[in-house]
Order: sequence, then structure tokens, then C-alpha cells
Amino acid sequence: MVDRLLGRRPGSTDDATHDAKSAMWNRVQLARNIRRPRTLDLLALMADDVVELHGDRAFGDDAAMACGFARIDGHRVAFIGQQKGADTEENIRRNFGMPHPEGYRKAMRVMELAERFGLPIVTFVDVPGAHPGPESEERGIAEAIARSIGLMSRLRTPIIAVITGEGGSGGALAVAVGDVVIALENAVYSVISPEGCAAILWRSADEAATAALAMRMSADDQLALGVIDRVVPEPGEGAHADHAETARRLRAVIVGELDRLGRIPLPELLDARYRRYRTLGAYTETATPPVPPPSSRGLGDRLRDLLDPARWLTGKTGSGPSRRDEPAAREEE
Amino acid sequence: MPIKLPSFRPRKDAYPPDLWTKCPSCSEMLFNKQLDKSDRICPTCGHHFRLSAEARLALLLDDRSFREEDAGLQSVDALGFVDQKPYPDRLAAAQMATGLRDAAVRGTGLIDGHPVAICVMDFGFMGGSMGAVVGEKVTRAAEQALADRLPLVIVSASGGARMQEGTLALMQLAKTCGALERLRAAGVPYISVMSDPTTGGVFASYAVLGDVNLAEPNALIGFAGARVQAGTIAQELPPGFQRAEFLFDHGFIDRVVHRRELRSEIALLLRYLVPGDGVDEPPESRPGFTIDPIGFLTSLAEKVVPDLGPLDDAPAPNGGGGGAEAGAANGSARSTRLGRPSTAPTRRAAGRPRATTVEGEATDG
Repeated sequence: MVDRLLGRRPGSTDDATHDAKSAMWNRVQLARNIRRPRTLDLLALMADDVVELHGDRAFGDDAAMACGFARIDGHRVAFIGQQKGADTEENIRRNFGMPHPEGYRKAMRVMELAERFGLPIVTFVDVPGAHPGPESEERGIAEAIARSIGLMSRLRTPIIAVITGEGGSGGALAVAVGDVVIALENAVYSVISPEGCAAILWRSADEAATAALAMRMSADDQLALGVIDRVVPEPGEGAHADHAETARRLRAVIVGELDRLGRIPLPELLDARYRRYRTLGAYTETATPPVPPPSSRGLGDRLRDLLDPARWLTGKTGSGPSRRDEPAAREEE
Repeated sequence: MPIKLPSFRPRKDAYPPDLWTKCPSCSEMLFNKQLDKSDRICPTCGHHFRLSAEARLALLLDDRSFREEDAGLQSVDALGFVDQKPYPDRLAAAQMATGLRDAAVRGTGLIDGHPVAICVMDFGFMGGSMGAVVGEKVTRAAEQALADRLPLVIVSASGGARMQEGTLALMQLAKTCGALERLRAAGVPYISVMSDPTTGGVFASYAVLGDVNLAEPNALIGFAGARVQAGTIAQELPPGFQRAEFLFDHGFIDRVVHRRELRSEIALLLRYLVPGDGVDEPPESRPGFTIDPIGFLTSLAEKVVPDLGPLDDAPAPNGGGGGAEAGAANGSARSTRLGRPSTAPTRRAAGRPRATTVEGEATDG
């Protein structure tokens, strides 16, 4: 605490914080760059051929989610990825890459297809978040996301997830559970958009850059946390400057991983995948005595019980459910 | 060192800073003590207030049957997260305020004689947000349920993933869903109960994946919070949006269940999902599932022995009934007083009254 206070003194540290913040925000802007290569752009550049599949067989086809088959360096794969638009018109058509539930259900359909026909899956994640509107809720966006996460955790085929741009919360994770998770250098991954986080924790959307830094959403930070496994460097100023080179580098990594994962027996692969997520998250475990029921209550309780015969007689030992209702909690995404 | 401050809580409860709570639904002023006695349900309009984990366990589980597991789990500030306050300070403040180590409590217990693995969440702890500890407890509950082939019950109350743990909190979605998929494959039932509120990452992972999804009336249940929606799309929200009944109408919830019926509903479902666990009754003895002879006898015995009196005719429609449900959170001596007419119609499955439940025993720190 003292260090932190001292660290706030005018001078070097403040500047350093400011620099870190703007560097992080720069990353976020790069990840959101409208000229950044999208799922279908990357596939067109790295695959020998691509067949897109459409429709979730239940409701409709979601243009924000692209799914299909592709051949990458001789590997037949199923691909899944959010698709943002390259201009405003296309963005409106593709809902700015924010899938509705049918998008995730289409993805699940293709995943199951891949499992049945023995195709490995490559996913491309670039999403600000799943579409948050009423129609999305009506059709069960949460259910679609949860099912998709569950499905990917047990799918009997190798899965490679690539975070290419924005990895926004559940909408990203729904197609980003894999045996290996790769990110482009300027991609970001977070539990909530920095704007949303700032609005909730700082009560001001202006603190988005601060929130981005605090959440450590850059690819390098995520690598350090173990959430992703590999970072692929982007050429020059960033992926938007050179699509072909970005695709070439990504292709080399994906092909390498396809070869590697293809050699691992399925049960081992599934076990490793389960363990990969099983071990994420930091906690400590203090040894506590097993909770010995009433006798373990504090001295104060026992005194009060003695002093309050009515309570003692009825066997009510205190506390109970009393807690005033808290403010509404429509917070995190 | 175990964090254990219950000695402050009864005092706060006995003399709360404000003794009254205004019901947000009917604006009735409610005496807090009375509210606690009625399972934090507004006696006038039936509004369900939020329940602490401890009260929830007392409400659902058989008397003294809860055995807590993994009480020692505690979150670590992996990101060095500082917003208005450093994350460790927030954690400490929440621990002081609730006497819990994190927003979930898990263990095993009996629901009307059916052994279950149970995990309940407490909204009072940092908005019930899911960080590594909540994710770990849910996952371990599922793994224990799988290993021991116990049905799993999870009661959610959460604003979503815990932002202070960043993507590690997000990864808990994958962790919990993965464990539940294994449970599902093994044919072990999982009942998800959504209470107010169940939103964000918790709703979009284990809460929505129940083999049977139950919800409390009017609970806020949804994926994206109002602020996210307002920031992303400028759209009028329909009335009753993201409430339990809304989700029921759209097919994501099996049953909207009044809090006083929750326990009997879960027991009823378990009788279908876990046949032959020794607590089944013969089918002919449950006309409309109103009577549970074993439960009835047990409860009668309980009533006779500790309560120094033949008390009442247990299945009497009103007095005995109301007392039985209320007994889940209160001393039995109040049974008759609490038998309000308003609760009578909801008590059709009241055949197994539990006379007393000692509180404070459930989660002790």
C-alpha cells in the first residue's frame, strides 16, 4: 500500500503508467481496426479451397458467424469464426460480428459434423461480444453459449482456436475452447469489454484504457496467464497492414499444430483438454477444520444465547438470512 | 487462518441499522425480523428477496445434514487488479461483511432424505461474481457428484464473471461446463436453481445447463446486463424482460417455483431422476404427490420429541403446513403463527414437514 502511494508521486512512475495505458489502448484499437483481416479473408489466403456452410437448421442463418470446410496444406478442416464486415454496409449485414444464438447453434452443428467425419476444427475468434439484444435473449443466447462451450470441451476431434482480433467474453469463449489456443500479436481477450468494465468499476466509460490495462487483455499478458498457448507475431504495423503475410504466418502455425495434435491419441487429447481448463484460475486452499456444527460457534454467540432465552429455547442460533437486499446486479457480461 | 466473524452477525441482525425494508414490488414496509422469519418473502405480495448462502442451505436441506467441503478455498489476485480499490481489499471487505470466503458454498446434504451434492451462491459476496473459487467449487461439486453418483443441485445468484480476475474468470465457464458435460455423459442428474439474479457468465455456463432448470418467481435472469445493452443497442426492452417468467415463456426454464415449494419440488424431481436411492415411496402412496408417509412419520417423531408437546395435527392444511415450510428457516415454536392463509394454497406437497432446523449450523464461516 505504501509502495503504491509512493509510486503515485509525480514523475517517472506516473509517466510509466500513462505509457502502459496508452500502449494497451493502442493494442485494443489495433484489434478493432476495420481493415484487420477477418475469418473469411484469412481463409481465402491460407486455404487451398473453402466451402462455407449455412444455417442452424432451427431458426436461420447468422451472417456474423462463418462456418464451413477448408483445406489447409492438405489438411481437411472444419472452420468456424465470427465475421465482421469490411465496411459499414457489410458490418450492418453481419451485425458487426456479434452473433445471435443461431450463429452459435450453426457453429455447434458444424462442430458435430466435423466430429462425425473426423475433421479437426480451426476456429477464428473476433467478436466484441455476443449480440446482447432482446431477440438474442429470447432465443437463448446464454444457452447457446453454454452448450457450445460444453460441446467443445468434449468434442472427439482436435480443436485449434485462434484469437485474431477481439476476444470478447462469452461470445468469444463459445468458439474458443480448444486443445491449443493461439492469438495474433495484437489480439485482445477479456472477460468484458474495457468500456463495460470501466462503466461498472470506475463508473465512467472514459476509464476504458485503465480498465484494459487492469484486465491485462493483451495477447502477451494472456500468454503469461496461461489462457492462450502461443502468440503469432504480426507483420509491420499490424495485421491490417499486410493480410497476406499475416495469413502466411498463421498458416504455418496452424499446420504445425494440426500435425502435432493429429498424432495424439483421442482419449489423451480429450483428457489434456479437460485438464487445460480444469487448472485455469488462481486460488489458495487453506486447511480448515471440517465444520463441526453448532459447537463451533463463537463465544459471543453462546453468550447471547444464554442471555436470550427465547432464542435458545427455539433453537434459533442467530444470524439467519438477514441481509438487506443489495442493489440490482445487471453488471458483468 | 479461518475467517470467522459470525459473532458480529447476530448482533447486527438483532439490531440492524434500519429495522425496516421497503418491498420493491408492493412498497410495503417490512419489519426485517419478520421478513427473515418468512424466508425473505414479502408477506403482502410474495416478492422474493435475496437469500444468503446459509439461509438457502437451511431452506433446502434436511436438518443438520449439510457437510461443507472445500471451505478453505480463497481467491488470489493473479492480475494485480486495482480499480477504485485493490482487489485483495475488496475480497477482504466482502469476507468481513459476509463471513464467507467467497461467493459459493458447497458440500453434501440431504433433501428430503435424498443425498445430493449441492453448491449455493451468495449474492452478498461481491455480487455473487464467479472467480476461480466459485468455478472451482462448482467444478468440484460436479466431480464429486460424478464420483459418488450423487445428484447435483446448484443454486445460482450471481451478476456474472468476476471482472477482477479477468479472463481467468472467463475460463471458469469452460471449466464448469466441461465438468457438467462429464456428469451428463455419466447420467447423473443435475438440477439448476436460478434465483435473483442469475446473469452473465454464470447464466451462460452452469446455470442454464441443468437437466431440469428451476427458477424463483420474478428472478432477474439474463445474459447481457442493461448497461451492456444500452451501450450496444439502443432498443426498448419489453416489459418483464429477463425475468424468470420471460425465460419460462421462451422455453429455457422448466418450472418457476415459489421459494416455499422449492425443496419439495426438488425432492419430487429427485424421485424421478434417482430411482431406487432408498427414499422412494411406493407409487400408490402418492396420490397427486401430496403425502409422504415416511417423511410424515419422521416429522411427527421430531415434533414429539424435541418440542415438548404433541403440538398439532401435522397435515392440518393451514397451521401445520405453514409451520412446516417456515420451519426450514425458523424455530418450530412459531409454526402456527406463521401459518398465513396466503401460504396455504402453495402447500400441497407439504406432507413432509420438518419441525425444526437449526440455523447457523449450515455454513459456519
